[in-house]
Amino acid sequence: MEHMEHIHPFPGGNEPAAIAVQGVSHSYGRHPALKDVNFSVPAGSIAMLLGLNGAGKTTLFSLISRLFGIQKGSISIFNHDIAREPREALRRIGIVFQSRTLDLDLSVKQNLAYHAALHGLSHAQTKQRIEAVLHTVEMETRLKDKVRSLSGGQMRRVEIARALLHEPRLLLLDEPTVGLDIQSRASIVAFIRKLVANQGISVLWATHLIDEVDVRDHGVMLRQGVVTAAGPLQAIMTHAGTLTVEEAFNKLCRKVELQEVLSHEP
Amino acid sequence: MSLDTPQVTTPEPLSRPYGIGPYLTCMKGILIREALRFLHQRERFISSLVRPLVWLFIFAAGFRQVLGVSIVPPYKTYVLYEIYITPGLAGMILLFSGMQSSLSMVYDREMGNMRTLLISPFPRWYLLVSKLLAGVAVSLAQVYVFLGIAWFWGVKPPPFGYIAVLPALLLAGLMLGSLGMLLSSIIKQLENFAGIMNFVIFPMYFASSALYPLWRIQEASPLLYKICQANPFTYAVELIRFAFYGQLHMTSLLVVAGCTIVFLTGAVIAYDPSRGLMSRKPAAGGNS
Repeated sequence: MEHMEHIHPFPGGNEPAAIAVQGVSHSYGRHPALKDVNFSVPAGSIAMLLGLNGAGKTTLFSLISRLFGIQKGSISIFNHDIAREPREALRRIGIVFQSRTLDLDLSVKQNLAYHAALHGLSHAQTKQRIEAVLHTVEMETRLKDKVRSLSGGQMRRVEIARALLHEPRLLLLDEPTVGLDIQSRASIVAFIRKLVANQGISVLWATHLIDEVDVRDHGVMLRQGVVTAAGPLQAIMTHAGTLTVEEAFNKLCRKVELQEVLSHEP
Repeated sequence: MSLDTPQVTTPEPLSRPYGIGPYLTCMKGILIREALRFLHQRERFISSLVRPLVWLFIFAAGFRQVLGVSIVPPYKTYVLYEIYITPGLAGMILLFSGMQSSLSMVYDREMGNMRTLLISPFPRWYLLVSKLLAGVAVSLAQVYVFLGIAWFWGVKPPPFGYIAVLPALLLAGLMLGSLGMLLSSIIKQLENFAGIMNFVIFPMYFASSALYPLWRIQEASPLLYKICQANPFTYAVELIRFAFYGQLHMTSLLVVAGCTIVFLTGAVIAYDPSRGLMSRKPAAGGNS
């Protein structure tokens, strides 16, 4: 499998990219997790970060959200370098992590109020935004309920509401539908797409579930820490010579070792 | 989920990590969260009180006749053993609380809750200091509840001592909380914390002046005496003991303040994304 160049590395026009990742490498000790990663996400678009488990998606999210320091390369959020201007970059980001990060012993309202405080929102803003985001995710009736009493899908909705609380311009979703039933998954996917359409928010969505992908999305194909393709999915499919996203995913994201084994099979 | 009514897009996020108001809001939010967590964990509150009370009611009563305490500053007369160990027991609450707070940081990091704190746009050092202060505030409340119960047991320092001891308790709490925070950055998994409890909490507590005056320890073992003198917890206890009587023990103040700066600086460096230890291991819960 040849290494693919970036089909659409940076957006055109004057509007800055929602995310611009340039030459980023990261390793855990001697084990490299990301190797010279380059891609960008145009403002107001959905970019699907596609890769198998262990491809480096969560590491990349940890770097974008500054949980980890950048060892090599740079990441900018709307032209604000995450290492040099972390405050400006982080205030523009809303994140839903792969693992649940709500406090189970606190109520929905208390969890959201805590997040609002972490962004310096005033009391009035907090009250107004909690009402607004819970209405948006149809969870306003569960305001005072303990998070522990919610279902998995409802917890995810609250986490999405929390990520939207401070009105970020970029939403990072790290496999937000993992472990949910089909109905909850479909609901969350539809909601995020409406959010992009109505509010012009930008989304970087890490997943390995192909049915969540729309061919009109942008894509970043990640395989063993290497970006094998990045750009509009239509262009990626054309370049890869495939007819579906799934085929492109199998071609560009599957592990090399497995592919080599398969290619030698009679 | 509904998004039928198009909402107005704001060009700038609401998040405002600037100015004193948002900074105070952030700290208040962390403080409230810590207090709520504490209130929801009633068993934690009860155990934090039972531990020193058992020492006061049983250990001190039993050893009163065995462990005589001569007149040592700040005491001007012979005092009952219960009175002697009360500052040490207040220190014990701060010590356990500081370590428990770091336990919760390890738990939060494993469960992912810690990430919600660390992705805040406020400076990392400010978030950690806020969390530290919130933990200390909760432990101070525990100390005062303990002192209230001890009053009925006959441990009655001068009334102004209850106010005078507050800064000493705060500083000692900050030192022990900072140490806990530093340890939490080193511990990879929750299971490893039991070892830290055994290797840090118990040696710190027993090799100090919390239970016995240092002159008694010196008589028994010069080596142990030197260990006690090198133990920052000894100075935290002495700072509290003197403050109960409206006195300032300068050496203790300098040692506790110095250790607080060293431990807190270490914790801030350890949690710094560009210099710290966190990025050297994969995130918990993530695939890679």
